[in-house]
Amino acid sequence: METLNFRLESAPAERAASASVLCGVVGSGNLEILLRQGDEPKVCTVEVKTAARGFGDTWQAVLDAFAATHAAGGTHIAINDMGATPAVVSLRLAQTLSDYQRGRR
Amino acid sequence: MNRPYALRHSWFEATARERIAGLVDADSFREIQPPEAATPSPHLALLGMPGAFDDGVIVGRALLENRPVLVAAQEGQFIGGAVGEIHGAKIVGLLRRAVRERPAAVLLLVDSGGVRLHEANAGLIAISEIMRAVLDARAAGVPVLALVGGSCGAFGGMGIVTKLCSAVIMSEEGRLALSGPEVIETVAGVEEFDSKDRALVWRVTGGKHRYLMGDCQTLVEDDLASFRAGAIATLSPEPAPSLAQLQAQQTRLERRLADFASLRDGLQVWARLGIAQPERVPMLERDELVTLKQGVTA
Repeated sequence: METLNFRLESAPAERAASASVLCGVVGSGNLEILLRQGDEPKVCTVEVKTAARGFGDTWQAVLDAFAATHAAGGTHIAINDMGATPAVVSLRLAQTLSDYQRGRR
Repeated sequence: MNRPYALRHSWFEATARERIAGLVDADSFREIQPPEAATPSPHLALLGMPGAFDDGVIVGRALLENRPVLVAAQEGQFIGGAVGEIHGAKIVGLLRRAVRERPAAVLLLVDSGGVRLHEANAGLIAISEIMRAVLDARAAGVPVLALVGGSCGAFGGMGIVTKLCSAVIMSEEGRLALSGPEVIETVAGVEEFDSKDRALVWRVTGGKHRYLMGDCQTLVEDDLASFRAGAIATLSPEPAPSLAQLQAQQTRLERRLADFASLRDGLQVWARLGIAQPERVPMLERDELVTLKQGVTA
């Protein structure tokens, strides 16, 4: 297992109704994402625990793209990953942020 | 209970959280120890495996047709729904809460291969604590219903836990047994049991077979709404088991062992039950099988 930490600049997220939201499952080729309010309005912090070692650069690229295309500032994201592909990670991130903003848990 | 396929939402394919949402009254579920408050398994971290925030089981309180119930749902996608130390402690805590709070029922949404071997003795102890807690809840007058229809079925220790419950609700897709097919093949050889033969696996462990044998009380479609209807229909107050009841049950099981122990396949068992065309059973719809079951006693 590898633990990776990221700090991403991103436009401030719209404030959500729910305090936190969970998406996905730690199953094969899948991941779970827990998103809650962060400390800095223009920063998204991410902690990844992944079963697949040595993919730090890939995570950086996927998370950079997410932070650039979504307003995710002011959030903290915790991820438990069981080998999800970059496409799955991107979709789950978008789903989690969407659920957070709609106040669903 | 049959609904058009287009309206169904598969229990088998749903996550544990989706199953809870489809089972209980809308928006009534309140999670105890939600993911942001929970501790992932320390054992898995030592082995270099990522844990899950909820350790693979979701527990909480909800309403079922306005009656208060406690719910535990295992997530089969996370390490096969296997029971580790924290996972087990969450279920045990819920069952002990049931003894104090006396809800209308505890609903156990089982989807598990049994003990989480990574956690060894802690997982084994967790399973035995769950068994004791199920019986304590029943002795306190709280029915415990097991719902089995996930991809991991109910095997190993969770197979035992399922059979300790007041009643079992299954779909055809669900499976219930002690040793799983691959365990049997590994231990006793492929001549004893071919775990690759999926049809055989379901003929000896699947929901239809369990229903015909009387091991599950309610057979439902693989559909969230059908499991909800099945749980509502099955839920009834239960007197604590008496010695006479347990002795009658023991006698029934001994007779069953004598009648069926030499048989190799569900087809042979169904034939001995007096079912005229046993080869038709796997193709029957749920309602047809329920009709067929009337008049069959196992």
